[in-house]
Amino acid sequence: MTDQPTTVVVLPELTDGNRHFWQGGRTGQLVLLRCQDCGYYLHPPIPVCPRDGSKNLAPEAVSGRATVATYSVNYHPWIPGLELPYVVALVEIVEQPELRLTTNLVGCALEEIRIGMAVRVVFRQIEDSRGDVWLPLFEPDRDAQ
Amino acid sequence: MSAGERNRAERQCAISGIGQSDVGRRLGRDPLELTLDACYAAIGDAGLSSSDIDGLSTYPGMMFGPKGFTGAGANEVIDAMRLQVNWFDSGVETSGQLGSVMKAIMAIAAGMADHVLCFRSVWEGSAQGAGGRASLGPGGGAGGPVGGGGGRVTIYSPAFQQWQLPFGSAAAPIWIALYAQAHMDRYGVTPEQLAQIALNGRRNAGLNPKAIYRDPITLDDYFNSRMITTPLRIFDCDVPCDGATAVVVSRRALAEELAKPPVYIEAMGAAIHDRTNWDQLRDLTRTVGADAAAQMWARTSLTPADVDMAQLYDGFSYLTLLWLEALGLCGPGESGAFIEGGTRIGRDGSLPLNTAGGQLSGGRLHGYGFLHEACVQLRGEGGERQVDPWPGVVAVGAGGGNTCGCLLVTNVD
Repeated sequence: MTDQPTTVVVLPELTDGNRHFWQGGRTGQLVLLRCQDCGYYLHPPIPVCPRDGSKNLAPEAVSGRATVATYSVNYHPWIPGLELPYVVALVEIVEQPELRLTTNLVGCALEEIRIGMAVRVVFRQIEDSRGDVWLPLFEPDRDAQ
Repeated sequence: MSAGERNRAERQCAISGIGQSDVGRRLGRDPLELTLDACYAAIGDAGLSSSDIDGLSTYPGMMFGPKGFTGAGANEVIDAMRLQVNWFDSGVETSGQLGSVMKAIMAIAAGMADHVLCFRSVWEGSAQGAGGRASLGPGGGAGGPVGGGGGRVTIYSPAFQQWQLPFGSAAAPIWIALYAQAHMDRYGVTPEQLAQIALNGRRNAGLNPKAIYRDPITLDDYFNSRMITTPLRIFDCDVPCDGATAVVVSRRALAEELAKPPVYIEAMGAAIHDRTNWDQLRDLTRTVGADAAAQMWARTSLTPADVDMAQLYDGFSYLTLLWLEALGLCGPGESGAFIEGGTRIGRDGSLPLNTAGGQLSGGRLHGYGFLHEACVQLRGEGGERQVDPWPGVVAVGAGGGNTCGCLLVTNVD
């Protein structure tokens, strides 16, 4: 071990059931599981659509546009090496507002953040021996109406 | 009381005994010893002996982590006390910590047992040591580090945590802060109002010899305290501790023959109609405790206007506001105005709240502390902190997020 401060990187354990979400950023797309029969997006992904019972589900790209449902500016070092402060947010995707993603808000000043603000996805690629992961983060969508 | 009301499970039971171990920030004692101290105390308080106990229920029971979250499992205690039980149960997936008490009530009503020992035991204070609340990484509470090198340690997060942890949403304070911000934004609760939960708890803790933090704090102290994750400061987060609490739930007719006046369970609420994912609640400003509370009120002819005192979970201060609203003790969105200035919730107010100091100052005894204090106050055993006149009806709400349950307890038949 070195004497350097440890940096902890928390990554999802990649599986066939979640790879579409965590690696969609490879092509710049936010990808969610969608029921091919009723059109409902499922997150977290589950094997049966709760709306119509269908198992005919497939990953599909969404626009990546969302609104901020709530946020918190975190100052506590829960994870060694993670730069402080950082903003945890819940965002609601425009295609299906009841579907929320936990994420980080980036590319904006803290005093700029408002509940209801329009945001769009940006990806942070994290290289890893078990497979790279693209974290879907969100920044202000300055083009939004 | 109608025949239907008389037949409810709650009405067939009463709390016959209560007990609590020593409570401290870091006692460094065997958690099983603390657990047994509480259990024997509760049984003795009821005037029973171990051989009378024929049922056992605990939250959460045996778990492999996080360290300190559970002081003893059901099997351990049954064996250590040489109990002969006709029914027992434990589990973390239930309606909050008090879900274990509700299961005891149902077991008695179902004829499976007469005297059920219920307990909750923690040693998070000692387990977390000087490092404070559980954090990730080497020595931390959650997950095991894998791989790494060059100063980088990678943790691979399975199951539901994968949707939060990679974004640093690593602990309950953040999840609750997200609800709090949404609620404050919608209803205009001010930081000065929120502070009253911490200030009230500390004032009451000053009268509780077992409380962890007893020195008074001011509004300035609150605003000078460290921000953890907006809008929650360190004074909005409860203090991990070591300690155990137990109650004995007995068949009503038997309880009425025992040493102490029974504490009756007027109604219980266990419902959850919302999503169980913390970040997918249908309305972020409404804890799922609202479902449990609605169920509880549907099971009694009493109303929120009959409540004399509230013992409401304050693992994070904001949860207490949400419980006040969930239980209808104030209107939706009105909890900030309700606690403004702290007089209404003070010891001399119309609704004394968390009279032992709550978990913020009393220690994170995790749900059971509130039920214990409700019983203390209903029996008039509060000593220096006894509210006068004694309450007759106390609302107890425990838990937050996707794990909530509530009880309405009384000292009148």
